[in-house]
Order: sequence, then C-alpha cells, then structure tokens
Amino acid sequence: MLLNIKNIDVAYDDYQVIWNVSLSVKEGEMVALLGPNGSGKSTVLNSISGLIKIKNGEIDFNNIPIHKFETYQRVGVGISHVLERRRVFPYLTVLQNLLLGAYHEKAKAEREKSLQDIYNFFPKLKERSSQIANTMSGGEQQMLAIGRGLMGMPKLLMVDEPFLGLAPLVIEDLKLIFKKIAERGIAILFVEQNVRLALSMANRGYILESGRLVIDGASKDLVDSKEVKRVFLGS
Amino acid sequence: MTSQVIIQAIISGILMGLIYALIAAGLSLIFGLMEIVNFAHGDHLMISMFSTFWFWMLFGIDPIFSIPLTIILMAFLGVFTHYFIIRKILNSTMLIQICATFGLAVTIRALAQFFFTPDFRTIKNPIIQGKLEIYGIFIGYPQLFASFICLFAFILLYLFVTKTETGTALQATSQDRQAAEILGIPSNKMFALGWAIGLSCVAVAGSMLSNYYYVFPDVGVNFSLFAFVAVALGGFGSINGSLIAGVIIGIVESVGGLLIDPSYKLLYVFAVYLLVVILRPQGIFGRY
Ligand SMILES: Nc1ncnc2c1ncn2[C@@H]1O[C@H](COP(=O)(O)OP(=O)(O)O)[C@@H](O)[C@H]1O
Ligand SMILES: [Mg+2]
Repeated sequence: MLLNIKNIDVAYDDYQVIWNVSLSVKEGEMVALLGPNGSGKSTVLNSISGLIKIKNGEIDFNNIPIHKFETYQRVGVGISHVLERRRVFPYLTVLQNLLLGAYHEKAKAEREKSLQDIYNFFPKLKERSSQIANTMSGGEQQMLAIGRGLMGMPKLLMVDEPFLGLAPLVIEDLKLIFKKIAERGIAILFVEQNVRLALSMANRGYILESGRLVIDGASKDLVDSKEVKRVFLGS
Repeated sequence: MTSQVIIQAIISGILMGLIYALIAAGLSLIFGLMEIVNFAHGDHLMISMFSTFWFWMLFGIDPIFSIPLTIILMAFLGVFTHYFIIRKILNSTMLIQICATFGLAVTIRALAQFFFTPDFRTIKNPIIQGKLEIYGIFIGYPQLFASFICLFAFILLYLFVTKTETGTALQATSQDRQAAEILGIPSNKMFALGWAIGLSCVAVAGSMLSNYYYVFPDVGVNFSLFAFVAVALGGFGSINGSLIAGVIIGIVESVGGLLIDPSYKLLYVFAVYLLVVILRPQGIFGRY
C-alpha cells in the first residue's frame, strides 16, 4: 500500500471536522475523494501533506508513519499536493514556479530532466516559461500547478478540485493529462464535487459526508449507488 | 539663491536617500515575508552604529573594516529575534504583533541608554574623511562612500532575492507560505533568513553612518520614521520601490530644508507621504 490512512480525526482548534476516516491508495492507482461542499475533502488532503496536524489516527506512506513529519519534509517522501485554487506563486515566472517544485534534495538532482519532461507534457508552459504566473488563464495556471507538483517527482500526486472554474474543453485536456500521469505509474488522489466526472476517471472512490466516510468502492459500483445519490441529491 | 546651492542640496539628498533606501529595503523585506512591521528597525540601526563605534573605541577597528563584523552580529541578532520573539507571535492578532516589536524597540532603546548613557559619541579620525569639491559643490567623502556602499549592498540584495535559488524560495514564501511549505521550503528558516538579511541591511547603513553621524541611543528614531514612509511610498514588500522612495525622501528632505526651513524637514517628507496615500495608496510598486 502506498498511502494508508487509518482512523484519523482532524480538528480546527476545538472544532472537529474529520471523524474516524480511513482511506488508502495503491501504487499507480487513481482515486477520487468525493463529497459535497464543506464535507472535509480538502482537510483530508491537507492532513496528508501536513498543512494541518491530525488529532488521532495514523498516516502511513510506503509503510512509514508520516503524520508527525513537518509539512516541508513530506514532499521528500514522495507526496506532491496541488492545492485548491491552484496557488501558483503569482509574481514569479512559469519557470521559477516549476523549478521551485524541485526544491527538495532528491528532486533537485533531476531538475533539468524533469523540466524537459514537464515541457513535453505541457508544451504551453514551455512557450510561456518567462511569463508571470498570475497573468495566465485559469486552465494554464492549473497546468502550471500540476507541472510544479510533478517536478517534485512524486509517487502520489494529490490534486484538490482541478476542474473548478475551467471551460469544458480545458477539462477534457486535463482529463487526458491525468490519464498520462497515471500511465507513468504515479498514483493520483483527487478531490472533486462532480461525481459523474470523477468516477469516469478514477479506479475507486470515497464519499465523505460531514467529515465521515459514508461509502467507498470501485467507480463502476458507486456510479449507480443509491447511497451516493442520497449524499449528493439529499433524497 | 544660486543653482549651485540647489544642485548641492539635490546631491546631498540623493546620497542620504540611498541610505534610507537600504534601511527601508530591510524593513520591507521582513514585512513582505511575514506581514510583520519591525517597529524596532530604527533601534536595530542604532545597535549597528554602536557596534561600529565600540569596535573603533575598544579595538581601534575603523568603520570600513568593522562592516563585516557588524553584519555578522546583526544577522545573528536577526535570527535570534525571529526564534525567540517573532516565531511565537506569527499567528497572533495584529495588535499583539505590534506590541511585540514596539516593546522590543522600547527595550532596546532603554538598554542602550542604561549601558551606553544618552551621550552623543563620534568616531574621531576615521580613515575616510574630508570632502570633494567639483565646480563649487562640496561632497563629503564619508557621505559619498556611505551612499556607494549602501547602493552596492542594495544591488547585492536585489541580485540575491531575484537571481538565486534561495532568494526565489524567499519570494515564494512571501507570496504563498503554504504553497511554499508543501514544496519543501521550510518557512520558519526562510523567516529567520529574512530577519538576518533585514538586519544586515541596517548593519551596513549603520556602519557607514557612524563615519560621520553622531551615535546615541535615540539616533534610530528619525531614520525609522523615514524608513516607514519609504516603505509605504515604495509599496509594502517591494524592494525596488524602497530604492526609488528612499531617494525621493532624501531629495524632498534636503531640498525642502533648503527652500523653506530645515527645522520642518519631517513635515515635507510626511506631506509627500500624504500625497501618495491619497493618490496611490498601495505605493509606487505596491501590491497590497
Ligand atoms: N481554516 C479553517 N478553520 C476552521 N474551519 C475550517 C477551516 N478550513 C475548513 N474549515 C471547516 O472544515 C470543514 C471542512 O472544510 P473543507 O475540508 O474545506 O471541505 P471541502 O474541501 O470538502 O469543501 C468545513 O465545515 C469548513 O468550514
Ligand atoms: Mg475543498
């Protein structure tokens, strides 16, 4: 198992938002974390990358317990996190953003190679390499954020709401890119509110409701599940 | 009044302005990085001046040679300040943050009065002294030298922040702390580095000022006021902005003093500041 989350509780100060959640991702697998707005999806990803510390439970990565690691140490074990709303460095260039993605030791050694790789993946980023990040469109910034994450040479790429606010054509592009990333053996854990879209891409899915896991399983079983319909349609 | 006198005032203003610019750059860097205003910045300048003075007084080291020593001292003080004070208030409310650095300012000044007495000191017979005359315009060598060194330090700072990997990481942290942290950039270390660099800026300015300026516990007060104005004028967090703003303030101070009355120097500078606040509140290069 690549990522193994066991019974975590997470709270903002005293306000608990994640209750006893367990989740796992295997090598090379694409997993969707689904749930309505405010159900705690981002909080789960943030606990994995360390932006928030868990109260109880355990997070193992490659059988190493990482939940006590500092945030900045977690990318080194192989976890890249593409934050909600992209969060590229607005006043740095595309190239500077990408190079910062390979800041940690292991990735730095392979930096030039990774960069050429990313440029092959996203030819647009190569054309725009000296453009200031915040002058790019939403779709381009999302590509940059994903490219920056890949520069860290992750074994697991976590992406929080990659499709938010993007045009349908851009969404199609991005779906293809996800597929290509997965073909390279990089596992993907992504958050999405559009169930149909997410399950059309992922191997498996987890459904969160108010911070609790209600159902999980293979995508094809979840698509027609009554439980899933209840969570998202409230019937 | 001859044109010579006006040119003289402009040149003096530019020279002083370059020193304000470096002091302001340090303040601006710290603010840009963690949104904390270092109200003790002027007092850190004062410590740098006393450091230079004591290196000369006790060991006979001339200011031009004690610069590296003062830089090291102030860089350590910056790191120390971050780990023992600033780190603890990073997530506190703004009022607490203001009280912390303001309290630090008062403490430093009181300690300086206690240990060094309120006396005015000067460094006698420094290596760099005398003045240069061109077409009836006089420029003191210490002033000229101080401005060149400050400009040089400013350029180094600029190159470091924009061209090096660590400098880029520093910028990244100031633009998005969390995004930087998940890429493996430890923000706490970046903050400590920011304080080290910020106080190194005043170390350079302070060393050079002590060549020709009185050294006393309250010396930082006016300098920090001008630095605050320069930061606001140039745009909070903008290093380029502080260069332009520092020079503008130097010129306004000097030419205003010449044309109207030197005792109202502060008034002219704040008048310019008010004008900017009204016309362009984010400052010349500001993002905030
Ligand atoms: N920084 C925060 N401080 C306090 N509460 C928060 C914070 N971030 C999120 N929350 C709360 O935690 C819950 C889960 O939020 P989040 O993980 O962002 O949900 P999702 O990503 O599924 O929309 C929500 O009730 C939200 O209000
Ligand atoms: Mg979210």
